[in-house]
Amino acid sequence: MTETLALYIHWPFCASKCPYCDFNSHVRERVDGASYVAALRAELAHEATRAGRRPLASIFFGGGTPSLMPPEGVALLIEDARRLFDATADIEITLEANPTSVEIGRLRAFHAAGVNRISLGVQSLNAEALAFLGRRHDVGEAIAALEAARTIFPRVSFDLIYARPGQSLDSWRAELRQALALAADHLSLYQLTIEPGTQFATLFGRGAFTLPEGDAAAALYLATAEEAARFGLAPYEVSNYAKPGAESRHNLAYWRHGDYLGIGAGAHQRLTLGGRITASRRHRAPEEWRARVERDGHARTEEEALSAIDLAREVMLMGLRLTEGVDPAYLATRSGLTLAEATDPAMLVACMDEGYLHWTETGHLATTVEGLLRLDAMLPVLLR
Amino acid sequence: MTDTSLARIRNFAIIAHIDHGKSTLADRLIQFCGGLADREMKEQVLDSMDIERERGITIKAQTVRLEYPAKDGVTYVLNLMDTPGHVDFAYEVSRSLAACEGSLLVVDASQGVEAQTLANVYQALDAGHEIVPILNKVDLPAAEPERVKQQIEDVIGLPADDAVMISAKTGLNIEGVLEAIVTRLPAPTGDETKPLQALLVDSWYDPYLGVVILVRVKQGRLRRNMRIRLMAKGTAHPVNDIGVFTPKMQPVDDLGPGEMGYITAAMKTVADCNVGDTITDDRAPATEQLPGFRPSIPVVWCGLFPTDADEFEKLRESLGKLRLNDSSFHFDPESSAALGFGFRCGFLGLLHLEIVQERLSREFDLDLIATAPSVVYKLTKNNGDEIELHNPADMPDPSLVKSIQEPWIKATIFVPDEYLGSILALCSERRGVQVDLTYVGNRAMAVYRLPLNEVVFDFYDRLKSISRGYASFDYAVDGYEEGDLVKISILVNNEPVDALSFMAHRSAADRRARSICEKLKDLIPRQLFKIPIQAAIGGKVIARETIGAMSKDVTAKCYGGDISRKRKLLDKQKEGKKRMRQFGKVEIPQSAFIAALKMDA
Ligand SMILES: Nc1nc2c(ncn2[C@@H]2O[C@H](COP(=O)(O)OP(=O)(O)OP(=O)(O)O)[C@@H](O)[C@H]2O)c(=O)[nH]1
Ligand code: SF4
Ligand SMILES: [Mg+2]
Repeated sequence: MTETLALYIHWPFCASKCPYCDFNSHVRERVDGASYVAALRAELAHEATRAGRRPLASIFFGGGTPSLMPPEGVALLIEDARRLFDATADIEITLEANPTSVEIGRLRAFHAAGVNRISLGVQSLNAEALAFLGRRHDVGEAIAALEAARTIFPRVSFDLIYARPGQSLDSWRAELRQALALAADHLSLYQLTIEPGTQFATLFGRGAFTLPEGDAAAALYLATAEEAARFGLAPYEVSNYAKPGAESRHNLAYWRHGDYLGIGAGAHQRLTLGGRITASRRHRAPEEWRARVERDGHARTEEEALSAIDLAREVMLMGLRLTEGVDPAYLATRSGLTLAEATDPAMLVACMDEGYLHWTETGHLATTVEGLLRLDAMLPVLLR
Repeated sequence: MTDTSLARIRNFAIIAHIDHGKSTLADRLIQFCGGLADREMKEQVLDSMDIERERGITIKAQTVRLEYPAKDGVTYVLNLMDTPGHVDFAYEVSRSLAACEGSLLVVDASQGVEAQTLANVYQALDAGHEIVPILNKVDLPAAEPERVKQQIEDVIGLPADDAVMISAKTGLNIEGVLEAIVTRLPAPTGDETKPLQALLVDSWYDPYLGVVILVRVKQGRLRRNMRIRLMAKGTAHPVNDIGVFTPKMQPVDDLGPGEMGYITAAMKTVADCNVGDTITDDRAPATEQLPGFRPSIPVVWCGLFPTDADEFEKLRESLGKLRLNDSSFHFDPESSAALGFGFRCGFLGLLHLEIVQERLSREFDLDLIATAPSVVYKLTKNNGDEIELHNPADMPDPSLVKSIQEPWIKATIFVPDEYLGSILALCSERRGVQVDLTYVGNRAMAVYRLPLNEVVFDFYDRLKSISRGYASFDYAVDGYEEGDLVKISILVNNEPVDALSFMAHRSAADRRARSICEKLKDLIPRQLFKIPIQAAIGGKVIARETIGAMSKDVTAKCYGGDISRKRKLLDKQKEGKKRMRQFGKVEIPQSAFIAALKMDA
């Protein structure tokens, strides 16, 4: 029971709902911050008892918009976590923040609470795009937030959304260069995707706008990596770029299929319990989640012990998103299946021949850039 | 009805080119004679199948018995047979003609003589029919009855002076038609004291009554409770019921010489009663059979496969049921590496093929893939063996084949002057050989010999589009001839896809090979790997295209540790793959097959 843990804490509230967003985020006129924090602390304590004492390598406050949390609440949760687990010396504590002026004002308080890495939802440095994406901040605020964050936090990352309607290769390169000049050591660069149930899904379905697809989308992706490389940022996951050593340790825990605890409404978790690896999630609606925590100590709605094949699939489908790839030895310990059992050998060869997969120097099976571009098509034929 | 004397009976077929108004005339005749009350009447009432009504065409010949009180004071019994006009169903016409003594030749007065007018009138003359020309649609402003009369005399050689001018639509001069029937068409002959001889004209399966047989009594008398014998088949069956179509089914006690009607008998399958067979009295059988008719020969074959492999048995059952009502199509089991288990089916033509396919999907709720239609080739192997090739996939190695013969047809094309040039060009492009070219007014009649292979594909559609719909076309199979034919195989990702292989003349091989490769390139969606598509004759590749690998397919964001969602998506994708046909590492969606096969058709 000594698997290193990653801890995710979900804050499910936002000031408004962005049209592209399908996260578990909710807009409420009033949020009783203190009692939500209390519920998070209760659920954390409950889960810590189940999980047992373990090394804790990262905490991630995600959302929703956790920069709307009371900083004292963040401090209490960090304190709890440090008390309940054995925090590693270099523990990474990230908080997602939106770059509105209100939230910029609280950055120091979050730092004081123990947060040592900030991830800003900048999304674009183009005023028109920010409006299209329904963001509440403007370009000036985004830049101010970045500058403030860099003075306060040792580690800063921010998100951008590209492959937007009508976005040309040149205009994206220009925007990205501007962003890279502001960047510290980490960037998340996502292509805009249309998720079911979002406002964009309705608009897109109606033909209100179109997105770059196929060759155009591939070109944007390749240009992104090229520009990032000039600033010394290398892709280490499909959409994540970092200076060596600055990768998000917390997100790596997901991609490497480590154990992680997920606290808060709708949070997911993978946890080794009694020798089996369990998958569970929590009630998504914030009010119901809180009521259940208050009643039962937790709001887990489903928990299953994953089968060998499901584990193998998860290890592969997450691991192949990483440029470091999948360690066959880890696959075998985590799932009980060898690489030969987890994949279709003929397809493995075909993907190698086509230049989609390769063996790294460390003996990992990894995706090439060409492979990364086609990962979703490759997985169903490659995996058993 | 049992004492209907021969002199009071007239049996006639209504024949015409497609759409010249046969079924509409039948409506008026039925109405005039009170066969149906006005409220029961609808347009082309005899076209009872859904497909017939939707497409506005007759597919199956129909029979109605009418009573007409003529001007001479006698009430006549008229047996009317409405026939299809489309060339694919010429066989239906020939059967109907054998049951009658006369024909009404309907000609659209605005269109004039067309290809099937000619084809059908010759059939009727061959059957020894008396023919009454009817000029229909004289209500149309474009009607030119005088010119069309002249045409009938010039092209067909029939006197047309006393052609009956009518409008089937408005009901103009229907009585004129009825009077012509009783005065100008002959009464049947026959002797009711002789042993029973009745012609088996048609048979079909009725879900309530079982097998229903349409007969025309030639000699003797057919009675209820008789035991009948099918002379060619050699089986005997008790008769359950006898009746006539008015057009509703109406039981009668017996049918005498010259009469037409139906029999229901205890028969399990329609396969027991071959059309053209002679029905006689099992206790007092006739010694001789009636002339009967040539069996219909399918000229176009294609494979039909269920989209869902689990529906193979259902397809077999459905084909069996459909064949009960349509003895002119044939089916034998076949299997294909690409499409699994299915049936090789033979049809009278492309319209017939299309209709059977549509009925299968409509009446039996089957989702089917049809392979490219093919004609029947005759192969002579080096060792002297002769084989009939119904399926290009079965073509032996060319080095073993000494010669290949292909079916030819004799085609008659009617076309207005201004389109003649392009029609002749089309014919020679299709390896046609001109036999005759004559002019009738401003219309030309071209007679060509053409390889059937060149016609079954898109000839008819091209003909219609080149002539803006004004050309008409009829054909009859006209022997086999040796040809320089090759089998073109299609390889997807270096594996042959048998369902896509086809035969072509060597001179057209490159062009057709290139066109199908191009089509497949457009139809098969880009996927993970690049896919070579090749067309080959034997081992020699004559056309090739490459479908590039898809350029991008990856989820940008994988957030919040929700791996379950990704895993479930993967499960779904894997499930989706099962519905595709796998060619090595390539999947070809069903839709691509269907479209490729359709486009080639
Ligand atoms: N104006 C006019 N239209 C007519 C007349 N007779 C038939 N039609 C129309 O011509 C079309 C074809 O008529 P049908 O009776 O179905 O022709 P058909 O010869 O039975 O056709 P097939 O069975 O398909 O060969 C229909 O739209 C009729 O309404 C007529 O006297 N005048
Ligand atoms: S702020 Fe973030 S979590 Fe909230 S709606 Fe916008 S994208 Fe979604
Ligand atoms: Mg008709």
